[in-house]
Amino acid sequence: MRPKAAELRGKIETLMKMVKSLFLAGMLAFSPAIASAQGAAPAPDAAVAAPAEAGTESALAAEAPPAREAMKPVEGIGMPKSGEVTFQEQFTDTGEYARWIHDGVLLPIITLISLFVLALLVWVIVRYRRSANPEPSKTSHHTLIEVIWTLVPVLILVGIAIPSIDLLARQYKPAPEDALTVKVTGYQWYWGYEYPDNGVSEIVSNMLPKEEAAKRGEPELLAVDNRLVLPAGRPIKMLITAADVIHSFSVPALWVKEDAVPGRINEKSFTIEKPGVYYGQCSELCGARHGFMPIAIEALPPAEFDAWLAQQGGHAKGAEAVAEADPAAAEAAAPAENAAEPAAATN
Amino acid sequence: MTDTTATHADFQAHSHDHHDADHKPAFFARWFMSTNHKDIGTLYLIFAIVAGIIGGAISGMMRAELAQPGIQYLQAWAQMSDGPDATLDQAYHLWNVLITAHGLIMVFFMVMPAMIGGFGNWFVPIMIGAPDMAFPRMNNISFWLLIPAFALLLGSTFVPGGTGNGAGTGWTVYAPLSTSGSAGPAVDLAIFSLHIAGASSILGAINFITTILNMRAPGMTLHKMPLFVWSVLVTAFLLLLALPVLAAAITMLLTDRNFGTTFYDAAGGGDPVLYQHLFWFFGHPEVYIMILPGFGIVSQIISTFSRKPVFGYLGMAYAMVAIGVVGFVVWAHHMFTTGMSVNVKMYFTAATMVIAVPTGVKIFSWIATMWGGSLSFKTPMVWAIGFIFMFTVGGVTGVVLANGGVDDNLHDTYYVVAHFHYVLSLGAVFGLFAGFYYWFPKMSGKMYSEFLGQLHFWVFFVGVNIMFFPMHFLGMSGMPRRIPDYTSAYAHWNQIASFGYVIMAAGIAIFFVNLIWSLVAGRKAEGNPWGEGATTLEWTLSSPPPFHQFETLPKID
Repeated sequence: MRPKAAELRGKIETLMKMVKSLFLAGMLAFSPAIASAQGAAPAPDAAVAAPAEAGTESALAAEAPPAREAMKPVEGIGMPKSGEVTFQEQFTDTGEYARWIHDGVLLPIITLISLFVLALLVWVIVRYRRSANPEPSKTSHHTLIEVIWTLVPVLILVGIAIPSIDLLARQYKPAPEDALTVKVTGYQWYWGYEYPDNGVSEIVSNMLPKEEAAKRGEPELLAVDNRLVLPAGRPIKMLITAADVIHSFSVPALWVKEDAVPGRINEKSFTIEKPGVYYGQCSELCGARHGFMPIAIEALPPAEFDAWLAQQGGHAKGAEAVAEADPAAAEAAAPAENAAEPAAATN
Repeated sequence: MTDTTATHADFQAHSHDHHDADHKPAFFARWFMSTNHKDIGTLYLIFAIVAGIIGGAISGMMRAELAQPGIQYLQAWAQMSDGPDATLDQAYHLWNVLITAHGLIMVFFMVMPAMIGGFGNWFVPIMIGAPDMAFPRMNNISFWLLIPAFALLLGSTFVPGGTGNGAGTGWTVYAPLSTSGSAGPAVDLAIFSLHIAGASSILGAINFITTILNMRAPGMTLHKMPLFVWSVLVTAFLLLLALPVLAAAITMLLTDRNFGTTFYDAAGGGDPVLYQHLFWFFGHPEVYIMILPGFGIVSQIISTFSRKPVFGYLGMAYAMVAIGVVGFVVWAHHMFTTGMSVNVKMYFTAATMVIAVPTGVKIFSWIATMWGGSLSFKTPMVWAIGFIFMFTVGGVTGVVLANGGVDDNLHDTYYVVAHFHYVLSLGAVFGLFAGFYYWFPKMSGKMYSEFLGQLHFWVFFVGVNIMFFPMHFLGMSGMPRRIPDYTSAYAHWNQIASFGYVIMAAGIAIFFVNLIWSLVAGRKAEGNPWGEGATTLEWTLSSPPPFHQFETLPKID
């Protein structure tokens, strides 16, 4: 029914042109908005790796156990450290910027202000104690100093507001159109992860029992059975919603926290800079097991991610459009998309 | 209250009348049918102390459970509340009941009754030279409404609320967790409790506004009113404008829960985030409702013990007005992660930071009041100075959280818990203790023990800082709020925080020893125990004041 990988590989060169035009036609016919989005350059070996699994029924693949070893988390990366007094190391550019605003701007300012107030208090306590100053002055106004202590804080706040507003603008920069779309759904009390553009239906992620987490060398109450697998280095567009009550999708090492609200779809875009495992927890009270629906992201190198996607029965974005456009080309669709992309990018 | 005859000249003229200034009704009529602002104030204070003990005990349960990773006590407690075969989920639900009860009790039944009902009732009429509140019977019903409100809240913990007994929605009662997510009557009872407590506060607010605007003694212009009176006036307006919004929000919760409406249900065209907007439109002014009277108390105390008038009086009064006004247009900074648009988030970031300006004016004006003064460090003054510093620390972390982009990481973490406990547990509560020690001689006619008062301060100060400061670290490294168990990396600071609770509790024990000792064996207080710095009208009266003061109105020049 479906061609073997070897045959397919042989056909790629001859099919290339036809597939490309079919692919583009399908894109234009079925999702014009996405058609203009093809700008990503997936790792070249993905085109070879993908076909082997491309035809597997997605429903089957979603249930299939991962053949790949789960990535081992690095101690202290993407997870809290004991006795830590600051933020987790950041792995998105907005996270690094936000952390710089905190560590480089806000923390010094608030520390100085607190110490300044403390110094003033100590000074008046020592200098104006009754034994040192038996006769109080009668001063109760000084216009200049009142103007100063109104205006100086205003200037400090403006100084804070400039990078702060800039940070917001960066956080809200829309994802590029080739971003990987992941739909995150909060449930009482687990998460569901779906890749709607890639034909991977929802993967359910539950917390691992403490013993199981320990066995796998993962932090307890943070480890999950099925991690949210994402590519490192590629922009991600996350669509976040909930099925029952409000949850909140939060990953401290990515500076990501977005509420999952039933009936709404919230969007959050970011790019994970490095492969790794990043843990988070539901951050909106959602009932009894609110504290027990953690989040674990496994960010893979792009090639490995594509392989994982294929293994799940998924395909690269847009590929299914071809399948619908022309059943004859369906088998070729998945690998073709990868092959076609460089050309599409020049459009 | 001990019987004390008025010594002030104003009252001697009346001392032979049948209805003299110190004629008190019999016990039941006096305490259960009171129309006397001082007695009602005393009732409010007793109520707040009882509620504070319950709310504080709940936080002790929470700190005990959080002292180590794992579930240590919750299951045993759940067996007490849900029966011997309580499941682990019921134990987790009990945790949510505890956090909900702690929040609601401390906000609605401890801080507000003590600040506004207690000190406001006691001293606003006296400070403006009025014989009583404008509506004495309404004053009484304001207080007595709190009793059924509190009973409903406590009662809600014994009826089903979803997974287990009690309302486990958090004090914010967010829909849909509080609607479709919590079957059973517990949440309904909690909502009724808020309705009644809200009605009580609205009546109180009307009473204060009317009293302050109409019953000031001749010569007591608005711009001569003590800052405590200003603070209560601003607070009363905040209550009057904010509480009806809460009432509307939670009434819609009730109808969503019981009558099939869908105000907060997207499936029926509603929106869960609408509830948050309504709640925080009330909720943000509410935090100023809790802290503004503390500002007023601290202003009186700093001035008294510096023997100087308050520096920049008008700036101080209008800073509170500004905080009240701006406090109504910053609510959505509690909702930065709900998915608002970038422009909305930028606006709420900027507007929130604006509040730091009038707050800064207050901090610096207090210091300027002390500057050049002749400071004595009696217990109330020590608490007031502690307030200034701790409120500054809580305030600057508020500036951090105001930044919507930075808040993305800190939102709903322990950093927020640390922030609001610094402004409330170390701000408002320090203000309450400062006011309590400041006015205790006036209210009871007895001096407190200075040694125990100072000891109370230092033990409590050390305890709350050990308890709450590490929570900043927990929050920054990502620990979410409202969880009964945590990954072992958070154990270090949690253990220290729980240790801080024990020290804090020892401080509270010293307070009660002091309170009982002073009532029983305290030295008799003079009319004005604080000397020449105490210039407001309450210090012109005996301690305690006569049952009815100012039957002849004082004249202010």
